[in-house]
Amino acid sequence: MGIDRAQRDGVNKTVIRSVAALLGMFAFAFALVPLYDVFCKVTGLNGKVDTTAQAIVHEEVDQTRFVTVQFITRGSAGLPWQMSVATRQMRVHPGQTAEVDFTFTNNSAIESWGRAVPSVSPSSATTHLRKVSCFCFQEQQLQGEERLTIPLVFQLAKDLPEEINTITLVYTLYPVQRTPLQTAYNNHLAGDNT
Amino acid sequence: MAPKLPPHNPLQHSSTAVAGGQSHEGHAHHTPPKGLLRWLLTTNHKEIGSLYLIFSLTMFFVGGIFALVVRAELFQPGLQLVEPEFFNQMTTMHGLIMVFAAVMPAFTGLANWMIPLQIGAPDMALPRLNNFSFWLLPVAFALLLSTLLMPGGGPNFGWTFYAPLSTTYAPASTTFFILALHIAGISSILGAINIIATILNMRAPGMRMMDMPLFVWTWLITAFLLIAVMPVLAGVITMMLMDINFGTSFFDAAGGGDPVLFQHLFWFFGHPEVYIMILPAFGIVSAIIPTFARKPLFGYASMVYATAAIALLSFLVWAHHMFIVGLPLTAELFFMYSTMLIAVPTGVKVFNWVTTLFRGSISFEPPMLFALAFVVLFTIGGFSGLMLAIAPADFQYHDTYFVVAHFHYVLVPGAIFAIMAGVYYWLPKWTGHYPNERLAQCHFWCSIIGVNLTFFPMHFAGLAGMPRRIPDYALQFADFNLLSSIGAFFFGASQLLFVLVIVLCVRGGQKAPAKAWEGAVDLEWSVPSPAPLHTFETPPVFHRAQTHE
Amino acid sequence: MHLPWRWLLTMTSVASISQAQASSWNMPVGVTDISRDIFGLHMTIFWVCVVIGVIVFGVMFYSLFRYRHAKGAKAASFHEHTSVEVLWTAIPILILVGMAVPATATLKNMYDASEADLDIMITGQQWRWRYEYLGEDIAFTSNLSTSREQIRGEAERDEHYLLDVDEPLVLPINRKVRFLMTSDDVIHSWWVPALAVKQDTIPGFINENWVQINEPGIYRGQCAELCGVNHGFMPIVVHAMEEAEYETWLEERKAAAEQEAMGIDREWALDELMARGETVYQSICSSCHQSEGQGAPPAFPALAGNDQLIDDQDWHLDRVINGVSGAAMPAFRSTLNPVEIAAVVTFTRNAWGNDTGDAVQPATVAERIAQ
Repeated sequence: MGIDRAQRDGVNKTVIRSVAALLGMFAFAFALVPLYDVFCKVTGLNGKVDTTAQAIVHEEVDQTRFVTVQFITRGSAGLPWQMSVATRQMRVHPGQTAEVDFTFTNNSAIESWGRAVPSVSPSSATTHLRKVSCFCFQEQQLQGEERLTIPLVFQLAKDLPEEINTITLVYTLYPVQRTPLQTAYNNHLAGDNT
Repeated sequence: MAPKLPPHNPLQHSSTAVAGGQSHEGHAHHTPPKGLLRWLLTTNHKEIGSLYLIFSLTMFFVGGIFALVVRAELFQPGLQLVEPEFFNQMTTMHGLIMVFAAVMPAFTGLANWMIPLQIGAPDMALPRLNNFSFWLLPVAFALLLSTLLMPGGGPNFGWTFYAPLSTTYAPASTTFFILALHIAGISSILGAINIIATILNMRAPGMRMMDMPLFVWTWLITAFLLIAVMPVLAGVITMMLMDINFGTSFFDAAGGGDPVLFQHLFWFFGHPEVYIMILPAFGIVSAIIPTFARKPLFGYASMVYATAAIALLSFLVWAHHMFIVGLPLTAELFFMYSTMLIAVPTGVKVFNWVTTLFRGSISFEPPMLFALAFVVLFTIGGFSGLMLAIAPADFQYHDTYFVVAHFHYVLVPGAIFAIMAGVYYWLPKWTGHYPNERLAQCHFWCSIIGVNLTFFPMHFAGLAGMPRRIPDYALQFADFNLLSSIGAFFFGASQLLFVLVIVLCVRGGQKAPAKAWEGAVDLEWSVPSPAPLHTFETPPVFHRAQTHE
Repeated sequence: MHLPWRWLLTMTSVASISQAQASSWNMPVGVTDISRDIFGLHMTIFWVCVVIGVIVFGVMFYSLFRYRHAKGAKAASFHEHTSVEVLWTAIPILILVGMAVPATATLKNMYDASEADLDIMITGQQWRWRYEYLGEDIAFTSNLSTSREQIRGEAERDEHYLLDVDEPLVLPINRKVRFLMTSDDVIHSWWVPALAVKQDTIPGFINENWVQINEPGIYRGQCAELCGVNHGFMPIVVHAMEEAEYETWLEERKAAAEQEAMGIDREWALDELMARGETVYQSICSSCHQSEGQGAPPAFPALAGNDQLIDDQDWHLDRVINGVSGAAMPAFRSTLNPVEIAAVVTFTRNAWGNDTGDAVQPATVAERIAQ
């Protein structure tokens, strides 16, 4: 065939560069997973809230307006738990810290693990909702027939945009198939110092 | 054996054997094996090109039959022929086969045949890799098609396979679906590397980048798109595999994941993918129209820039497939603007083709018929695409038959017609005979009627409120569906004419000279028809007179 | 700034609306301000495309006719013209900017769900919708009510074939209604064309949307995201009524729910449970487990002759109440009330030759759910 040395070198160079680009794009695809998370958390888009505790910011409370904060709890298939909230909605000032109790009941006779996954609407409110203490940060374990009440402590940022006057916080309870050791390890990773 | 001609003469010195015959040059290689083994082991770009094209045509009929099952069920309201479970498999497999096994391999086949000929290269840069790239495809699609026979059935979640329908709620065969897609993806990637290496390094001396035919340019840009996004598809399906089999939660809210992440990743691949399926078509049409208008392509440089612009912009529009998912307003607006913007370079290309025709000297051979139909019907598909770009309006169009109409217009009378145009155009070069003109014209007119009867009513069905991917529908959609189903069967049957034309042409027909078409200018027309198995073993000197600038 | 575009949009849409009213070929104008705006945008971009098409195809077909080689046309050789190329790049950009302005305004409006009068939670399930009136304690599922016979062609198809439900979503007109949407399993999409509301329902996440309906009436839609086998069989019906009528309906519905709740405490006879259970079974369970309990294994197990079901009532109850994680079987404790669960479990334990003789009482179910 008529392929000379210079061409062969050129071809090799092209191939090496192409393969490098390929591998880069493959890595990029996987990098997009945490990047997407980071992007969502930083911008509050997609209603994904922080899964770690945030400190209370000592700021003035905006007494001029109230914001309605609604709570909705949902169960899911495969977990025989009941999740309920003490109050369906509350009126809170921006800048104010508030607390509301959530109750988890295991209706079956055997112990199981669950995780409450939060979602906020409108998504533009997410960065302004600081969770100080939330059961959603960790998996929860309930013995058979056990009932547990855990508070959610949150603070609405003072700079919550004027247009937002209703925030809805939904928790969906999902089963977790884990051994106790795995749960403890996961909770440890999530910052629970036990 | 023909004598060696002086090196500056672009006519070939090698044997005049037909492409597919044995060559007897004085090089030291052994005679190639005969029969099946010869096709299994060939590293010749012409033979591999033919393999891709035959494979693609076969899969076109397979995918077409799946579509006919769908259209047969949708002929009338009610569930008469298949269960919804199987219907979902048919719609899914129709999409997967057409995208990955028909359209993409067809363009790859044309690339294999024509790129070396158009740049004056003796073969592709990596001939053995070329062989491997092809043979991956029958393996991949045998595996994919076999999932239909597995317990639980084949993939039934749409060709876009959104999670969690395709992960948590998917049939057991999904892991094999993922494997098949990985294999096909590797094939595309290797093909793309080969094409880039060939185009960048093996052009005839004197041929600058801006001298290359537009088919070569569009394939170069397509190959870059493939390298950029096929790995992202590989990443997504690997994540799916992990979610299904290894307990991860990329796309599962229960484990902290997000189903919408799947869509972002999929469409980041998916949108450039649809440009991968159309850019080579632009290249083919840009060769055919100047030939049969006997006039140089209008605005060669802007065609190149427009193609590059489309390719770049294609990375910035993906979420227009997700307008109703609950994206934040800022994102929604950004993607609306970028999607509207991509209409501009696409429009420029259409204007350039029309201006090429203006004050030309136009004849209507079969390749030209298909190329002209492409310009009109692809543009109509482009119009519905522009309507879809208007995000608020998209809330009413999304996931309806309006979208189905749009993408079938750009893919069937778009990409597929361009492929057929290319086949009719280059058949004389491949076989040494002109395709039978009467039969080809019959194929053309039947296809035009069929394609419009099938897909035009879908615009109205969608506007009237018919969702996608449903096996049965409310009564107000009945008339539109009746027409579409009739059109589909008519169109499907017409494609048998295409096969007939090709088979007859391979076997015989009016003899074609090297320059089979009066207005044809590119390098492939300087070699004999049919092209010998080995061409441009000595690189031709590229004549500037053929320049496009 | 906005005025010229609003004017253009209004003119186009007025012209289009007056001609296109209730056309079965076009998008509906709809009964909300947003649906009207969207229709206007749709018609505007449509006419823009028509005009461009006429010009481009006009030049093209003129050329194909006038410059035929067969009639001896001599080809020119020009292949560039900078000023023309600049123009045909710039003009489309301007047209697009022109479209983008009103589109942006409409989109911003669509995204503003604040100051709503009423909150409705919509949950997509395989293969039905669940509606909850937040704050009113009214919740119910809405199932396709078109019969199997009509689908199979054994009975004549009625006017609202595939678009009829057992219990529609009832809304007041002239009130801003906020929708909170999510899903229990896969991605579904809630769409009513006349209201121009469409939104994907994502499992584990919540989306919000809103509507303000201007005219009373019945509006029908369908699920708009492939969600499995019965994706085509989970329609939406919205019944919009005058304020006062809505208030009446609300009271009646609450009373009915209370009646149902009271039924939990009493003792039910086997035949009562069977009768009620059969109705529940046919509308809720038969789409997967089939009308004779034969199922479609492996995805949907058979209930008729199912030994584990027959031998283990506890297990049976658990499956129905809590569902099966990662499979298509939902947790019906959030979809059906204890009477319905008790009835359908009783029915399936006794139908098709299962004949356990068991009668499950609603009180037992309620205790298990611990409401």
